[in-house]
Amino acid sequence: MTANSNNPAPFRDSIRRRRLRDRGIEALLLAAGLVAVFATLAIVWILVAEALPFFDHVPLRDFLTDTMWTPLFAEPRYGIMPLVAGTLVTTFVALVVAIPAGTLIAIYLSEFATHRLREAVKPALEMLGAVPTVVYGYFALVMVTPFLQKLIPGLPGFNMLSAGLVIGIMIVPYVASVSEDAMRAVPNYMREGSYAMGATRFQTATRVVVPGALSGIAAAYILGISRAVGETMVVAVAAGLQPNLTWNPTESAATITAFIVQVSLGDLPHDSIGYQSIFAAGLVLLVITLVFNIAGFALTRRFREAY
Amino acid sequence: MQTETGKSDVTSPAGRSFSGDTPLRVAIDGGTKTVAAAPVKARASRLGFHYGSLQALKGLDMEIRDKQVTALIGPSGCGKSTFLRCFNRMHDLTPLTRYEGSIRLYPDDIDLVSKDVDPIEVRMRIGMVFQKPNPFPKSIFENVAYGLRVRGLRSKALIEEEVEKALRDAAIWDEVKDRLQSSGLSLSGGQQQRLCIARALATNPEMLLFDEPTSALDPIATARIEELITALRERVTVLIVTHNMQQAARVSDYTAFMYLGELIEFDVTSKLFTNPGKKATEDYITGRYG
Repeated sequence: MTANSNNPAPFRDSIRRRRLRDRGIEALLLAAGLVAVFATLAIVWILVAEALPFFDHVPLRDFLTDTMWTPLFAEPRYGIMPLVAGTLVTTFVALVVAIPAGTLIAIYLSEFATHRLREAVKPALEMLGAVPTVVYGYFALVMVTPFLQKLIPGLPGFNMLSAGLVIGIMIVPYVASVSEDAMRAVPNYMREGSYAMGATRFQTATRVVVPGALSGIAAAYILGISRAVGETMVVAVAAGLQPNLTWNPTESAATITAFIVQVSLGDLPHDSIGYQSIFAAGLVLLVITLVFNIAGFALTRRFREAY
Repeated sequence: MQTETGKSDVTSPAGRSFSGDTPLRVAIDGGTKTVAAAPVKARASRLGFHYGSLQALKGLDMEIRDKQVTALIGPSGCGKSTFLRCFNRMHDLTPLTRYEGSIRLYPDDIDLVSKDVDPIEVRMRIGMVFQKPNPFPKSIFENVAYGLRVRGLRSKALIEEEVEKALRDAAIWDEVKDRLQSSGLSLSGGQQQRLCIARALATNPEMLLFDEPTSALDPIATARIEELITALRERVTVLIVTHNMQQAARVSDYTAFMYLGELIEFDVTSKLFTNPGKKATEDYITGRYG
């Protein structure tokens, strides 16, 4: 403050006002940032708080090792594994579709397509992401499943393969769009360096651009995984709602999300164990997503080639 | 303009005509002897270049001498980088560009800018070093091995041998030999530029193009690159664009002065800087414009 006293009075006044305004804006921005943090903490808090009474009734050991999930039966069993298996199988099938397709589309759009074509294709691609997921669910049930039944005789009307494939198609735009942004962020002088060495477009794309954009591409994959793990409507509509401990995608099964939506829509009393079980299931879902995120983050750091 | 003392002073005997292999008088250590001019490595004839409707180069005629350093100078926007990039067909990557005339590469006598010549083939024979050091986000080793791998070379032993040779030729081997697996981007700017030179040398190019290779470097790193370019003359034809006239005087045997897409004057470097034939050249090298 002593330094200010050297300034003529009008300046001193404006400095104080400016500082005050700066501090006000800073506080506002901090508050905006904290909203996201609080929302996350609140979600975790609700899940943990509501899941704790559930674990008073069901030992954690049974929850993780029991092979049956029948909370609505007269003789309920609470083994989460069938739901986890359903979630992982549909996610895996979805990624088998989305990662290769999304990556190739991104390479094409970023490195091969003309400006005009890219500007036409990208909005169309992003439109795919704007289709309501329930529409995708019916797409799986009434189009993909009958088609698959022709290829695989005896395929049940509800199956994880069909649901997984459609989730894959659904998340292709996310994977492609985010990967393409990452590839386009690779500076042009990198490409020029590669072309000047006599490399072809494809060599430049796969040997210089993709490695350079790896952290962004990994982020795209993680986003895709999170979407696939959390997808609800498609699996609820097309994969069946019967918890079934199997790793075979041609069987019908329920996922964690499908179970949660099923119970949430039902008429279980709020303090019943069955009702509380959805919070335990939700907690597991959160942990799965978190594990994928952390693993992806660690892998990215390990293989990152910054420019 | 003053040339460095102690440096070989190359002068043309009769004037500024460079058609044909005229003998040159070379003054070394005070004595004078006559040597044959180096053979022509490349000849641009009526070379024109268009970006869409904009004509950037207008009917250039120029000869590049084998295993000599030729500098291109001129004010910004005069087309010297555009000219340089014709030699390895970098313009082919930009839509709506068009070449006119020819650049014949000798001894094969192929036209570098002809539509029938594959630009990838051209780039495999003519290397380039850019203004901003642009090592790939790969290890030092893989950076230098890149051109070899792109050409389909598989043999590990052969690649290792070529990489070491290129790094030695680029005067960076001693600095990186113990950390060939660290990222090329972990090096300093000057080292990165020498790594890029090694990368270009690894595939044994016939010609090396330098596009203002030191404009992003400090004076010490610049001096090392200049030293390297001078030494490279032993094995490769060098064409260098530079904004720095002292640099052109220090490293080159021949200098071309360009202005507004045209070649104004082309001569032996010492001649062009000490006794320019055109008023525009004199104005530029004495700093009156540009």
